[in-house]
Amino acid sequence: MLNEASGIDAQSSPGGQQPAVKPDIIRIEGVHKWYGGFHVLKNLNLTVRQGEKIVICGPSGSGKSTFIRCINRLEEHQHGSIIVDDIELTDDVRQIDSVRRDVGMVFQHFNLFPHLTVLENCCLAPVWVKKIPRKEAESTAMEYLERVRIPDQANKYPGQLSGGQQQRVAIARALCMKPKIMLFDEPTSALDPEMIAEVLDVMIELAGSGMTMLCVTHEMGFAKTVADRVIFMDAGEIVEQAPPQEFFSNPKEPRAQKFLQQILQH
Amino acid sequence: MTDLSVMPPKKAIGPIQWMKRNLFSTWYNVVLTLVVAYLIVTSVGPLISWFFVDANFMGSDPKDCSGAGACWVFISQRLDFFIYGFYPGEQQWRVDLMFLLLAVAFVPQFIERFPGRKWLGLFGVVGLPVAGYILIPGGPFGLSEVESTKWGGLMLTLILAYIGIIASLPIGILLALGRRSEMPIIRGLCVVFIEVWRAVPLITVLFMASVMLPLFLPEGLNFEKLARALIGITLWQSAYMAEVIRGGLQAIPRGQYEAASALGLGYWRKMGLVVLPQALKLVIPGIVNTFISLFKDTTLVLIIGLLDILGTVQSTVTDPSWQNVAVEGYVFVAFCFWVFCFGISRYSQSLERKLDTGHKS
Amino acid sequence: MKKQAINARTYGVKPWYDPRVRSLVYQTLAIALVFWGGWVLVENTLSNMASRGISTGFGFLDETAGFGIIMHLVPYDATMSYGRTFWVGLANTLLVSCMGVIAATVLGFIIGVARLSSNWLIAKLALVYIEVIRNIPLLLQIFFWYFAVLSNLPSPRQSADLGSALFINNRGLYLPQPVPQEGFGLFIAGVVLAVFAVVWVAKWARKRQLATGERFPMVKVALAILVTVPFVAYVIAGDPLGWDVPALKGFNFKGGITVIPELAALWIALSLYTASFIAEIVRSGILSVSKGQTEAANALGLPNRLTLRLVVIPQSLRVIIPPLTSQYLNLVKNSSLATAIGYPDLVAVFMGTTLNQTGQAVEVVAMTMAVYLTISLLISLLMNLYNRAVAIKER
Ligand SMILES: Nc1ncnc2c1ncn2[C@@H]1O[C@H](COP(=O)(O)OP(=O)(O)O)[C@@H](O)[C@H]1O
Ligand SMILES: [Mg+2]
Repeated sequence: MLNEASGIDAQSSPGGQQPAVKPDIIRIEGVHKWYGGFHVLKNLNLTVRQGEKIVICGPSGSGKSTFIRCINRLEEHQHGSIIVDDIELTDDVRQIDSVRRDVGMVFQHFNLFPHLTVLENCCLAPVWVKKIPRKEAESTAMEYLERVRIPDQANKYPGQLSGGQQQRVAIARALCMKPKIMLFDEPTSALDPEMIAEVLDVMIELAGSGMTMLCVTHEMGFAKTVADRVIFMDAGEIVEQAPPQEFFSNPKEPRAQKFLQQILQH
Repeated sequence: MTDLSVMPPKKAIGPIQWMKRNLFSTWYNVVLTLVVAYLIVTSVGPLISWFFVDANFMGSDPKDCSGAGACWVFISQRLDFFIYGFYPGEQQWRVDLMFLLLAVAFVPQFIERFPGRKWLGLFGVVGLPVAGYILIPGGPFGLSEVESTKWGGLMLTLILAYIGIIASLPIGILLALGRRSEMPIIRGLCVVFIEVWRAVPLITVLFMASVMLPLFLPEGLNFEKLARALIGITLWQSAYMAEVIRGGLQAIPRGQYEAASALGLGYWRKMGLVVLPQALKLVIPGIVNTFISLFKDTTLVLIIGLLDILGTVQSTVTDPSWQNVAVEGYVFVAFCFWVFCFGISRYSQSLERKLDTGHKS
Repeated sequence: MKKQAINARTYGVKPWYDPRVRSLVYQTLAIALVFWGGWVLVENTLSNMASRGISTGFGFLDETAGFGIIMHLVPYDATMSYGRTFWVGLANTLLVSCMGVIAATVLGFIIGVARLSSNWLIAKLALVYIEVIRNIPLLLQIFFWYFAVLSNLPSPRQSADLGSALFINNRGLYLPQPVPQEGFGLFIAGVVLAVFAVVWVAKWARKRQLATGERFPMVKVALAILVTVPFVAYVIAGDPLGWDVPALKGFNFKGGITVIPELAALWIALSLYTASFIAEIVRSGILSVSKGQTEAANALGLPNRLTLRLVVIPQSLRVIIPPLTSQYLNLVKNSSLATAIGYPDLVAVFMGTTLNQTGQAVEVVAMTMAVYLTISLLISLLMNLYNRAVAIKER
């Protein structure tokens, strides 16, 4: 199901018949952003290929959230260009709408809609944005709820679920729009330790299905298993980009070294 | 010093112990208790005899009242007028039917777990105005027409309060959204509208509706007095409603707006499907409270010459055929309002408490 | 790489899809709508007024009013202008509002505290008061006091006299009026001197306490100064205050101060009604100071009196004052119910009689609304200043 959603069956089929480089799906060039006089994002450049998994880390306040929220226009960038799935993010509302249809997002605090049941949360956008018939949307939603292993909670309200369950619902809700790209903003940092694993398992499985993922997280284990690239941000800049083994074993930049030291101490 | 200490602890204590603790704990409490108890005892006796013992309940005209106690005959004789105004007697079943529908729609709202409560509520908000629009003025279905000048009494009070609240709800929502809009001019207009209406007393609004509205409208187009009053009340009330709803909107966390945007919902869907359902639920107690205020404030229409329940009573107590029945009349109206407002405010308090605990869990 | 960027599906620059353009269009439309609406209203109003033969403008304010007003704080008689009726009404509105604010505050605080009393009877009595009064329409209460109570008082000839200088009848309450005589200035000087002395002593005592930690019995000393100094001045000046005692002449009392029953009824009803709301505000304000605060203060060794003064009251005032001011605002607005019983407030005099006689609906209504708008803006301005002051302290 997830394969179908990401629409890249042919390319990610096992055996790798097409070793050729997959097409770019996100292209970010020279992006700057200011909050008033405060320069949050400084000249960011990043190209993401289809199916690539990218983990973004960096100290708090370094602009990670702001950065990935620019990708679905929850924040506006003021300079440079962001092209998502061949659609440039400009002021044009139609372009923003179509990008948001292709990009799912999972938040640190889940942001489920508390007045709707789990199933209704999942069906809301497919029904109202994609105009899919309710029945169909519900059966799709149930499939995804099964994928995240909580089909039996479908008729409960978010408030009745544990944090880990809520975050898995949030993932399912985003997947119901059959996005090509998934953004995760610290999906596990609001969770109790025993619930982190259940969410990461779902994310690892999702990664295995070939979804393009950008994930802000400090979960090193997850980064090592899943990520194709780790991006380290500090003070609004991309300081270092490397495959995870390389990044975690010998970071080049002193700022990255210091950061890794700090998170390894705990 | 708080309320908690007023309640006796769970451990059973004797009445003497209780009185010692809650009535006679210090010398000044002893004095206070004695003085207050004396005042209560001396005033309750005469009140009871005025209300019940010496009062006259039976009869049909002023001569049946002895004058020693309350003359409830007056109320029972004029009750029709107090409830229906000049609505013709043989047509009053239409009003009764509306009272019944009103009760069917809203009384279950007080009872949790009443089957179909939500649907009845929806009927009360959407279906009831339609039914009322057909039944009360008449016209269609062979119902004889009754002009609005004949409406009065309790019926008119309920019409004013009900339409005032129902019509101000959508306007209030729009104003609240406008006040939180990112467009400065829209925001400014909404702020000015809301603040101006909230700053002026309802009387000036009613005056404006009754003397200025006819001047504003093109010649030939004119509303009845009742319709003009309703327009004034609705605009005035919608400003208060907007502020209540704005409070609810502010309480919705930013994450909800962001999640809705991230899913691709546009402004109106985001508001209509995600934000407003939550915000409105939060402010139900606030809406109920503004309703109580409005309900009490509807009495002001008598100043512009509409006969609401207080108006009917006021016009009868000055009726020379009944002497000195003002107190009885006022007590009757006060009782009607009190039962209604007290009941509803209790309901809204219980809702508030429920919402409170709902948020913590 | 370049190629893909060019291939990007940009939709071209359709301005209608730019949210900024949209918002500009919406706002322009809104402005246009407001102006158009305003223009239509003005147009209609002008033509309607012309067809009724009413001239526009504020010229009518200089015309002779020709009607009497039963109570006026500024000099007034029927030969004066409509403009003067505005000020008469405004002064009466402000008078009853001020009286109401004072009485409602005092009563409201007493009842609010009584509601939290450890005395069961007192607490319940306060509860009953609050729940009864605030659930009955104010207009009904005004009617009750005016038509059922005050007009049932005895006629002037059978006036109830309270201590031979105070008279109550169905025409009003008659009080003796103090008339300052020669030497009264000395007494005033004594009062002023006493106030200054108290302020100075208070400053000195505070300084000394901060420097040496010694406490000073400020309340007792202040009371002593405030009583003795003016008293001595009064005696030295030789009893400089005369009284104009009301006396029955013909059908009514003459002389002294008259509180007309309209004012009394409105004042009583407004105060009682608003007090019930203030009581609830006071109660929840006091309850809002958490028990932890009291405990912390007690743990620091502050005695109960000081805990109340230094910890509980300052914090609860912060909660109480904003809703309290909005109650004051409500009281001012509610004072317009005067119209219903004929107390000559702004609405009754100006929006009532003056409007009826001149037909200048637009001007009169606009002026009246402007008054209430000004009052409410002033109060919210004060409120904002207060909030800012509190916010600074919070840092
Ligand atoms: N709405 C905003 N207005 C002003 N500054 C902001 C806003 N949102 C974030 N910031 C600032 O931008 C910086 C980056 O924030 P963020 O992207 O949330 O960091 P991260 O997610 O890496 O912790 C922080 O210093 C933060 O204070
Ligand atoms: Mg962040």
